[in-house]
Amino acid sequence: MAPSQIVWRTGSDENGLFEGGDEMLPTPDGPVGTVPRQFMELAAGVIQHSDPERFAHLYRVLWRLQQDHQLLSNAGDKDNSLLAHMASAVRRDAHKMKAFVRFRSVFEKETERFIAWFEPDHYVLEGTAPFFARRFAGMNWGIVTPYSSVWWDRENLSFGPGGRKSDVPAEDAVEDDWKTYYASIFNPARLKVSMMKSEMPVKYWRNLPEAEHIAPLIRNAKAMGQDMIERAATQPPAHHMRREARKPEPQQIGEITSLAQAREAVQSCHRCPLYEHATQAVFGEGPEHAEVMFVGEQPGDQEDLAGKPFIGPAGQVLDAVIEKVGIDRKRVYVTNAVKHFKFEPRGKRRIHQRPDGGEVQACKFWLNLEVEYVKPKVIVALGATAAQSLLGRASVTIGKMRGAPIQMEDGTVLFITNHPSYLLRIPDAEGKARERAKFEADLVMVREAIAALEKTP
Amino acid sequence: MVALTLTRKLAILADAAKYDASCASSGSEKRNSAGTKGIGSTEGSGICHSYAPDGRCISLLKLLLTNFCIYDCAYCINRSSSNVQRARFSVDEVVQLTLDFYRRNYIEGLFLSSGIIKSPDHTMEEMVRVAQTLREVHLFQGYIHLKVIPNASPELLAEAGRWADRLSTNIELPTDTALEHFAPEKRPAEIRTAMARLRGKLDEAKPEGKPKAKPQKFAPAGQSTQMIIGADAANDSAILTRAAGLYSGYNLKRVYYSAFSPIPDASSKLPLRPPPLMREHRLYQADWLIRFYGFDVPEIVQGGENGDLDLAIDPKLAWALKQRQSFPVDVNRADREMLLRVPGLGINAVDRIIRSRRHHRLTLADVARMTASIDKVRPFIVTGDWSPAAPLTINASARS
Repeated sequence: MAPSQIVWRTGSDENGLFEGGDEMLPTPDGPVGTVPRQFMELAAGVIQHSDPERFAHLYRVLWRLQQDHQLLSNAGDKDNSLLAHMASAVRRDAHKMKAFVRFRSVFEKETERFIAWFEPDHYVLEGTAPFFARRFAGMNWGIVTPYSSVWWDRENLSFGPGGRKSDVPAEDAVEDDWKTYYASIFNPARLKVSMMKSEMPVKYWRNLPEAEHIAPLIRNAKAMGQDMIERAATQPPAHHMRREARKPEPQQIGEITSLAQAREAVQSCHRCPLYEHATQAVFGEGPEHAEVMFVGEQPGDQEDLAGKPFIGPAGQVLDAVIEKVGIDRKRVYVTNAVKHFKFEPRGKRRIHQRPDGGEVQACKFWLNLEVEYVKPKVIVALGATAAQSLLGRASVTIGKMRGAPIQMEDGTVLFITNHPSYLLRIPDAEGKARERAKFEADLVMVREAIAALEKTP
Repeated sequence: MVALTLTRKLAILADAAKYDASCASSGSEKRNSAGTKGIGSTEGSGICHSYAPDGRCISLLKLLLTNFCIYDCAYCINRSSSNVQRARFSVDEVVQLTLDFYRRNYIEGLFLSSGIIKSPDHTMEEMVRVAQTLREVHLFQGYIHLKVIPNASPELLAEAGRWADRLSTNIELPTDTALEHFAPEKRPAEIRTAMARLRGKLDEAKPEGKPKAKPQKFAPAGQSTQMIIGADAANDSAILTRAAGLYSGYNLKRVYYSAFSPIPDASSKLPLRPPPLMREHRLYQADWLIRFYGFDVPEIVQGGENGDLDLAIDPKLAWALKQRQSFPVDVNRADREMLLRVPGLGINAVDRIIRSRRHHRLTLADVARMTASIDKVRPFIVTGDWSPAAPLTINASARS
């Protein structure tokens, strides 16, 4: 039946002027067409709209859909955009109902019930009631609107007739606390009334207990803000002065005389700007008098988060090779040339960045302290940065310098090899195996050097 | 001392809590109280139950457990040298207020912070007890946000994450130097270490790939932080660089920017002037563009002058006006990345353009239907039937 032949009415309407009665109803003669799921979803919202023409609008679109199945995907169509607007008004009204319903508590026969009065713009009570049932499952509650009411007895929802504001309790014992909270959480220095009104339209205010505070809060805001600005700080209270007096003098970072002191002091290091973005300084770890010290470049993402060196993927490679070649892990101290993680933020990841010469130089102070107190016999520089730091050179080519011990001035023996993360970056399996073999060979030399040093007292 | 009434305590401890900007109650797991004797639900997006005349959403009951504090942070209303009236809630008082407010549909849940009393562990333990009591004794399924006290033990952090939806640790200021100056008892590295620990726990709870055993729940709405804007001299570039570093390192859901606002009995160390609200707004916009539109910090800041964003126009428009050589963009050809950079085109509009241009060549009218304001977009695009007269003679109209 064409839309033009139909007059839609709702239960409360008077009969239309030209209404003919039941004899005008068509007789069904076979299937009448199909309804896309998208239309049903749209209609579920639109049908709650207060516009008396809602059924006519829906039917018209349903009718047109029989000819044009793609109608709903045409965002520019007038009927479509009308229905979309109506559905969106309903959604907003339902959302505001979830937000602005205010329950008041009453005791009836020793049972506490929570009852609210709400005036929606559309017929959203039925659609929104299940939300309240899921949220307030363990309470007895009811919501009364002018057109209908809903009741929850902790098990079932039931709908009843509409009512009046006077049907719900006029007050509630907690409401004053709520108003106090509302007034206290407001910051008078940030007054922005238009924003409040767009999100909490004035039409809702008459049923919001806190709204009676709005006018006085706005009125006094300027004076309160100005007062805070103009009033000078008062004398601190006595308890503060007493605590200040008890505080020990701030400790001057004086001479560092042990590894433990260095470990503590590095956390307040400002020798280069890297400390500002790293989580924490990552100091070396291992026995205080380890025989061999491995020096990497800098902590990575995981090391930075945990505060421990060589625990990420590269650390696992190093551990595996140390174990394979038979160096005693209990005699190994691991650390880095630079103690703070240098990175470039990229979305949710931090991309490692090589520390520059200045940063390496600044951090040499800490590496020197570690070497001084651990007194390793053998030091292994993992990668160019570590080698540069230990040799005090601007550039080092690992390929040329690996495979032979370097005698240092202080008597330690230095070996230079790749950083284990280099092995992880090689894409092809063959190259990976080749470089890993070289790395292992370098560490075998380290093991031999430790053994040789043990024999010569 | 005369005992304070509960209402008076509420006034003091809500007033003391309002400088924390976050009132979000979104993005947690879906759960409700159906079939239980309890109350509460979180269904994805949070609800703002009221708005104060400052235009800010009131979604949570935002309280301090106490505003007594042994720290003396200059920017804070609760610093130990301030003469504000002090108060302290018991665990049960906070629990009762939360339930009373929740049952009346005033709130989505609780945001609980605290001044530091006795020790970080003692303070954190009390806060954890509030959350635990709500969950275990009262079967409360609403939203809980707990402030993390840096330096509290890792065990307490684990407990906090078990009961709370969200945890947050405030970085407070954009630079470590400023923090050390204004908050002598706070250690920036300790704050970041707390965030790093939370990230570790969050990663454990949501492992990549399919875990063998179901991991233990930990703060399903993640972690966030807050930075005070305008108390120190840091420019927007420093602020956004710090934020980008935090996002990348600690898997943060949000960085909140809080314009420094005059407080009662303020310290003389600080600029007492109205809060820089527009600056705060521009920083939120820039933050959004960095996270969802593929901009990086230097690019965004380039739209302004001397490392600060342009306060008069939004950061994307500011960037585009300085990048005129990249425009106009042909909406029928440009890739997604470039479309996202067109002023006035949001993510939804860009997705609509890409979807519909597969079917037919888009006209200006088509684009107009897909975006909120074609006037803003027009000077920057080419469509089937439109191109800007001269190469971007953008005048005052684009700037307004």
